[in-house]
Amino acid sequence: MRSVRALAATAALSLLAFSSIALAAEPKQGGILRMYHRDSPGNASIHEGATYSLNVPFMPVFNNLVIYKQDVAQNSMDTIVPELAESWAWVNDNKTLTFKLRQGVKWHDGKPFTSADVKCTFDMLMGKSQQKFRQNPRKSWYEQVNDISTNGDLEVSFNLKRPQPSLLALLASGYTPVYPCHVSPGDMRTHPVGTGPFKFVEFKANESIKLTRNPDYWRKGRPYLDGIEFTIIPNRSTAILAFVAGKFDMAFPTEVSIPLLKDVKSQAPNAVCVVEPNNVATNIIVNSSAPPFDNIDIRRAMALSLDRKAFISIMFEGQGDVGGTMLPPPNGLWGMPKEMLESIPGYGPDINANREEAKKLMQKAGYGPDKHLAVKVSTRNIPVYRDPAVILIDQLKSIYIDGELDVVETANWFPKIARKDYMLGLNLTGNAVDDPDQSFYENYSCGSERNYTNYCNKEIEKLFDVQSQETDVAKRKKLVWDIDKKLQEDVARPIIFHARTGSCWQPYVKGVTVMSNSSYNGYRYEDVWMDK
Amino acid sequence: MFAYLVRRLLLMLVTLFGISIVIFFLLRIVPGNIVDILFAAAGYVDPADKANLEKELGIDQPLVVQYWHWISGFLRGDFGYSYVSEKPALQEILPRIPITARLAGLALLFSASIGIPLGVISAVKQGTKLDYALRVVSLSGLSLPSFWLGLLILTASVAMFNQMPIFNPNPATWLEAFATYAVPAAAVGFRSAALTMRITRSSMLEVLRQDYIRTARAKGASDAAVNYQHALKNAILPVITVIGIEAAFLIGGLIVTETVFNIPGVARFLVEAIRWRDYPIVQNLVMLIAIVVVSANFIVDMLYAVFDPRIRYTD
Repeated sequence: MRSVRALAATAALSLLAFSSIALAAEPKQGGILRMYHRDSPGNASIHEGATYSLNVPFMPVFNNLVIYKQDVAQNSMDTIVPELAESWAWVNDNKTLTFKLRQGVKWHDGKPFTSADVKCTFDMLMGKSQQKFRQNPRKSWYEQVNDISTNGDLEVSFNLKRPQPSLLALLASGYTPVYPCHVSPGDMRTHPVGTGPFKFVEFKANESIKLTRNPDYWRKGRPYLDGIEFTIIPNRSTAILAFVAGKFDMAFPTEVSIPLLKDVKSQAPNAVCVVEPNNVATNIIVNSSAPPFDNIDIRRAMALSLDRKAFISIMFEGQGDVGGTMLPPPNGLWGMPKEMLESIPGYGPDINANREEAKKLMQKAGYGPDKHLAVKVSTRNIPVYRDPAVILIDQLKSIYIDGELDVVETANWFPKIARKDYMLGLNLTGNAVDDPDQSFYENYSCGSERNYTNYCNKEIEKLFDVQSQETDVAKRKKLVWDIDKKLQEDVARPIIFHARTGSCWQPYVKGVTVMSNSSYNGYRYEDVWMDK
Repeated sequence: MFAYLVRRLLLMLVTLFGISIVIFFLLRIVPGNIVDILFAAAGYVDPADKANLEKELGIDQPLVVQYWHWISGFLRGDFGYSYVSEKPALQEILPRIPITARLAGLALLFSASIGIPLGVISAVKQGTKLDYALRVVSLSGLSLPSFWLGLLILTASVAMFNQMPIFNPNPATWLEAFATYAVPAAAVGFRSAALTMRITRSSMLEVLRQDYIRTARAKGASDAAVNYQHALKNAILPVITVIGIEAAFLIGGLIVTETVFNIPGVARFLVEAIRWRDYPIVQNLVMLIAIVVVSANFIVDMLYAVFDPRIRYTD
């Protein structure tokens, strides 16, 4: 009898617990989400920028044709869902990607959304329209697109030169919103008009960005919030203190560094914080067109000298990842497995052995204990660049390379790199999409504008195309690993580490998902609500 | 007096012309322009896109032509458009001026209302414990960088009261509005108050040793009358000079304070504009600041003449 009672009590308690969870999980409408923004974006046009300082406040204004599911942390082909498209299909031997568009969608100014808007957007991105973007940093994403054709108002097709399954992944990025045909690129920089869950209200440079709920949003019942207000606070100490004091509901995503995370947790123990990789790789760019780094032995010696775990330990208290070009697993989809990675020179666990080998290569090149190689290590004058550059200089000392830090102001960084006025550079490369097509073509293909080192290997370039056309994911993964291994062995752009950063919000903020393999795609905010 | 005023006015105009040249050309000497920055932010350089944008913004033209476009526009009240926000520069600058003006005004008020009385007390009580205590306070005011003091205030506010005295653009009450400015004004004005205190003290000490002060005391004037009517009136000239100079230097302190307290004033805006090489904003804003500073000096010169008749008669 006693056990029956206990069972009944347990069942009742379980029921109560479940019902309270269900009640607590019921989203509430209303409230303005207050978030601080780390800096003032140059403008409001996502297509003309290359920083998630733009995506975070302006992604909620727009929709894509397709989007990565916003409540799943890991972006993959399986998590791509329709947005302005209702469905899609690969036809014509995978050379045409056709989208059926959603009916009844309106731009924030009341005009109807049609296939013409999609064509306009992508024609402009491909540089094929009369209207031009002032800047078009992702033009290379659409290299394989021949043209865009429409069939009535509700169907649009991307006609490709050859199959490229990853085009869908690129279209699902936060960097790929659909723009309205009837609004000029200039106006989109100052007063963006979208179809998204939130309407643009105002952007005061260095001050604030305000968005308000779109009552006519095509997804009924969304968004939950009445609006989002971003207060621009470039000073990180002030921003974090303000978050701790409850002035903000959310800290700027991925902006809480690992050491700061401890402060936040000690001062605001109820804050919800997650640490995820941001798919930004810290790497070395080498000027291999001029001495001394035109000598492959010296480049290899440099790669062998790296103690990647020391970087991660010093900068992130151990919370970072060692990998190649692609973000390593488990968060990254395409990164090499550990055993393969450790077979690459410089990635082996025995740092002393690696450095002994590096010293031999240096001696072969004519350097040694009595004759050190003096180099300048150039980098941008920003802590996330400067700090690893200092550690790099320290590590290079172990193989007879005396580095001198050359800090360069942001304005002069890319012009300096472009005119090859550097020997070694410490660089950060952010990947908007965890897909090899984005990373390989952008950073390593011959002639790419973002291939700062002008690394050009025609054999590898052919492999880029082979993997790009491969529809079998397992086969493609194998190809990608081989390419990545070869890139590291070639010392094309040695990857030092992949960083992890923290994102924090107050406990009453619900429905936030921080993406674990990109910092650019998870800011639609239509599922976010506040339990207060 | 009229000739003195005209001479000072002419000098002011020549100074402003010189400043306009310096602002314009110094800005061009700094490596990189807005186009470099925009492309740096986008992570690529496309020479054709870059050339198009330079042409669109007019920064491909000869410097003399660019200078003429700017200065003639400035004199007509046409400040051009911000390269970054693409809004009229005046529309960007004007709303921020009252914010900084209020902050600077409060800081100066704090500086004068704290610095002068404490300086007088310190001088009158020379060599006492109170004098030493006040001198320690003034020395610490001169030694503490305002950004550090600001951060200390913020950290202490959060740790002790879980409150964050950062800028509130929509204060509900007059008191809230005052509080929004008072804390940062105190942070930036502390250094200025310390300087004012030290100058007032040394100037007062010098005056208090004068014969006419002894005469005033001998005639039976009260301490208050001697100190404030006779001594302070004559000791105030160097203090006015310092406050005038401080008003000019305040902008430097305000940059830091506006950043730490996240106040959207002109000082922080100026730094951001310099970072972006937003020439229309930087040139016009620095020119406006120069006009304010030169005018402040002009007013100080006029006050000299008012307080000391010897100046208006001899200069």
